[in-house]
Amino acid sequence: MNSAITGNIIRFIALVLVQVVIFNHINFYGYINPYIYILFIAFFPVKDNRTTLILISFFLGLSIDIFLDSGGIHAAASVFIAYIRPVLLKSSFGTMYEHQTIRFSGIDLGPKIVYITLLVLAHHLILFSLEIFSISKIIFILQKTLFSSIFTILLSIIISVIFSKNTK
Amino acid sequence: MQQIINFIIRNKNFLLFLLLFFIAIVFTIQSHSYHKSKFINSANFVSGGVYNSVNNISEYFNLKSQNQLLSEENNRLRELLFNSEIDDDSTYFDSISQNKSYRFSTAQVIKNSYSATDNILLINKGQNNSIRQDFGVITTKGIVGIVDKSSSRFSTVISILNTTNSSISAGLKKTAHYGSLRWNGENPQLVQLIDVPINARINIGDTIVTSGQSSIFPKGIPIGAIQDFKNDVAENFYEINVKLFNDMTNLEHVYIIENIHKEEIENLLNE
Repeated sequence: MNSAITGNIIRFIALVLVQVVIFNHINFYGYINPYIYILFIAFFPVKDNRTTLILISFFLGLSIDIFLDSGGIHAAASVFIAYIRPVLLKSSFGTMYEHQTIRFSGIDLGPKIVYITLLVLAHHLILFSLEIFSISKIIFILQKTLFSSIFTILLSIIISVIFSKNTK
Repeated sequence: MQQIINFIIRNKNFLLFLLLFFIAIVFTIQSHSYHKSKFINSANFVSGGVYNSVNNISEYFNLKSQNQLLSEENNRLRELLFNSEIDDDSTYFDSISQNKSYRFSTAQVIKNSYSATDNILLINKGQNNSIRQDFGVITTKGIVGIVDKSSSRFSTVISILNTTNSSISAGLKKTAHYGSLRWNGENPQLVQLIDVPINARINIGDTIVTSGQSSIFPKGIPIGAIQDFKNDVAENFYEINVKLFNDMTNLEHVYIIENIHKEEIENLLNE
């Protein structure tokens, strides 16, 4: 139990640092940056408490916000996806989730891609809506959401494949 | 009472979500209004320290271009110095130094950002170096922004690439017509100058400088050149696209301007 908590703390700090030091300076095509820190929320153990996840997500988003001077946009988006995560889990993994037997290390790539895609799209839509904060620029919001999502999804899948433990 | 507690326990996740989401939205709205973001800024010990140590390494990568910029500036200043009319003999008394009104200091940008719509930079000088709110920040080529928050060692700077906060008074170099500088959040090389009266004669390529109307920037600091312009909806003012002289994506050495008479000016204006 203790090693799980230590692992989560290390993952938290590592993802925040990697995000602010490397992935925020990519600025591909001028403004496209991947936000891979949400992998923490995506692969948080399912059987752990949901309330804890919502709280941790808030602090994860807030630490990114402090580094990026962006108010509370990352905190809001992170809390949102932490709250809707069970719905997404159910729709991407179906019965596996119902029986609480799901472990992220042992699942197929197909459902994993669907799950990450849904999570990233939800996160980025909230993020960029709050960042731009104006309904008249809805096209710009959608454009930023789409391009950044593609980038984030690709990187997330690559990272999750590299770091997944092969326990089959 | 029992039912209320049961309700809270049953819906604790949803209530917690609502509470935290609400707090995050409050932070967001605060950050959209000028000088209101009290807690959430990167001018603190942890994030400033992280950015500082990262910058210690990454500054080597653009040493070449930064040296180029600084030597260009040295060259320009040397030209000014040797071509100036002032005779440097012993009877000469420099009266300008008696009542100078701007104090300059240098700093380094340790976190640059230009891809968001509200960009905020971090510099490695703070209250220990007597940097305060509303000091101007420029580079050798043009303006960068205005100091917002300061901790003891770091300060945040509201970039001119900021859609909500920035409103800098700027005008044409050749006449005294002025307007305010905004950014539409799209291209980090183009800013917009609005509220320039329609009877000003402007051409593509005209230089835009700071107007000296505010107490932050002195008059005549270069900003950019006019790329294109059109009339606004009411046909009373121009909307001008200004191409920045500064490359906002490559900032390292900046100068901070303090207006010594700022308090006096503001007291007078507020009376």
